[in-house]
Amino acid sequence: MPVSQPTIGNAQFKLLEKLCNACAVSGDEGEVRKIVLEEVKPYADEVKVDALGNVLATKKGSGRNRPRVMLDAHMDEVGFILVADEGDGLYRFETVGGIDLRHLPGKPILVGKEHLTGVIGAKPIHLASEEELKRKPSLDSLRIDLGPSGKAKPGDWATFATKFKRIGPSIMSKAIDDRIGVATLIELVKHAPPNIDVLAAFTVQEEVGLRGAKVAAYAFDPDLAIAIDATPAYDMPKYDGSENAVYNTKLGLGPAIYIYNSSTIDDPRLVRFLKETAETEGIPYQIRQPGGGGTDAGAIQRTRAGIPAVSVSVPHRYPHSPISISRVDDWKNSLKLLHSALSRISPKLVSSQ
Amino acid sequence: MLNILPFLKSLLSIPGLSGYEDPVARLIQAEWQPLVDELSLSRLGSVHGFKRGAGADPRPSIMLAAHMDAIGLMVTQIEDGFLRITPIGGVDPRILPGQAVVVHATGADAKEDLPGVIVMPLARLLPPDNGNDVVDIAHLFVDVGLLPSKVASLVRVGDLVSFGAEAVEMSGEIVSGHSLDNRASVTALTLCLQELQSRSHTWDVWAVATVQEELTYGGAVTSAFQLRPDLAIAIDTTFAKGPGANGWQTFPLGKGPTFGRGPNIHSYLFKQFKELAERLEIPYATEIMPESSGTDGMAMQITAEGIPNFVLSIPIRYMHTPVEMVGLKDIQRAGRLLAEFIAGLELDFMSTITWDD
Repeated sequence: MPVSQPTIGNAQFKLLEKLCNACAVSGDEGEVRKIVLEEVKPYADEVKVDALGNVLATKKGSGRNRPRVMLDAHMDEVGFILVADEGDGLYRFETVGGIDLRHLPGKPILVGKEHLTGVIGAKPIHLASEEELKRKPSLDSLRIDLGPSGKAKPGDWATFATKFKRIGPSIMSKAIDDRIGVATLIELVKHAPPNIDVLAAFTVQEEVGLRGAKVAAYAFDPDLAIAIDATPAYDMPKYDGSENAVYNTKLGLGPAIYIYNSSTIDDPRLVRFLKETAETEGIPYQIRQPGGGGTDAGAIQRTRAGIPAVSVSVPHRYPHSPISISRVDDWKNSLKLLHSALSRISPKLVSSQ
Repeated sequence: MLNILPFLKSLLSIPGLSGYEDPVARLIQAEWQPLVDELSLSRLGSVHGFKRGAGADPRPSIMLAAHMDAIGLMVTQIEDGFLRITPIGGVDPRILPGQAVVVHATGADAKEDLPGVIVMPLARLLPPDNGNDVVDIAHLFVDVGLLPSKVASLVRVGDLVSFGAEAVEMSGEIVSGHSLDNRASVTALTLCLQELQSRSHTWDVWAVATVQEELTYGGAVTSAFQLRPDLAIAIDTTFAKGPGANGWQTFPLGKGPTFGRGPNIHSYLFKQFKELAERLEIPYATEIMPESSGTDGMAMQITAEGIPNFVLSIPIRYMHTPVEMVGLKDIQRAGRLLAEFIAGLELDFMSTITWDD
């Protein structure tokens, strides 16, 4: 039986748009979970929502000795949670996940399940001191403003109110991290190769400590795991025109294979296997520059008695900000690399013998 | 009350940066066409709407000035597909990173505006002393999501960059968007013209949407000289109370316009507006303007032999950010006050002006 090849066309863009425009801050992943369940249910053999809210979908292969491969993409995004109602439609809030506060002033915001329109403002430039105009704003000085009769309550989550756009070779959106991974994983479930069992984990709470992946990996107990995420591309010019040698990844160079970061030493066998797959299939790829940062692979790797794990990520500029940018080709090649790799997995790949 | 929301929202979604007001000027002309007797453009591009008074010749005239220009940015350099930018007007550097913008591309292959985002490089890509606080505009970029070769053929140095945030309605009859300073006042002025359709007025009225207020007051100073009104009123926005803004310079949002008081405002006009508002039971606040009003009123007052001037302001939150907020009621109140004031002007009003002393 030929393996059905996943492609990225209008339907996939529409799905990615829906996923990116959904609001799902860590701990409040319901909107994305709903979309994921709708998408994977018709294709998976078994789908369940676990105690933390992860969606765990199993798609069994058909041969013998099928490796059990966990594929992970996190559903949550960074955002905000309201902590105090100060009246008059003004709310104090905290950030959820790593957000540079310099991205907040002057941005439109969506609040709560009803996506109420709000803004984070800034003291007018005319009234601000020179010192205030230079200093990074403190969270204490910022408010989410819903308008004088705004009705929200502490505990409501909020996100940037950015609408997904497709522009030429790129995608501009909030939450590309990691809706692009979620969209990729949905395609892999729909086109799961028969030589393996696909154990798809759409996880929660990655942005606040890789929590969903940990319990998902325990539950699946897979032979190996691949975390599919979005990784920063800091490929911008340096102020003095000198070479920017530390860029993490660059847009347009293909999927980024992780080898080392603060949460994981990615399994060298899997790294080698992915590189070989890319080279054999003629798929462009890049090595994500080793250094800080982390993905769900770190939590998965050290679950139970250990699970060989690796990360493959789609590069995106301006992570955790109101608007990120990815290249469509990098997404396509990420899906292609992952699907080709899955189709080539044999039981020997990570056997201890 | 007439529904001003559609016009306001169209004003908030059309470009018109200082010096390049043409798109917004055309929109205003279309809206004013049925409301005035004559419509023209000044030599610098300000829109002049003339509504003839019912009094006998020669009639006095009043100029109502609301600036239509908006703050924004301009492309200074193109570097590896990234655009460097410089501000047009008082752009707040704190609100730029992550801001949606529209690049009005004029390069050889340009056919349409390009959506983009203002981006902040990582600290390690910036000068050592600029990395962790608010980044200078000179070090920010606009990314339009296109490949460098494409950007080179689409964008030119000098291309304009407008804020891209869409105008949105919020709870409590609030609208948020960029350029409410001063398109909110253009809307109030339009509302005044609408009200005057059914009111008789003896004075001639010059409704003027001025250019270049944010940089030089260049529209107001030239139009006031050309039109030589007997009285001038600047309609602009002022600071609404809100997070971080609670001092004496701030006024409650949606609770009434403000009347300027200070050397830029003729005290007799201030008194007239106070009495008018009290008679009409329209809430207002007195806005102390110790030296300068920072409005077109500055230019009009000292034009030619001098013109008695008044400044009427609409409070907005978060001025000069793309998420400015205004109370629709305040726009309506400002428009009504202007219309009532004009309808009440007697032909001999100028001879009744007195000083406080």
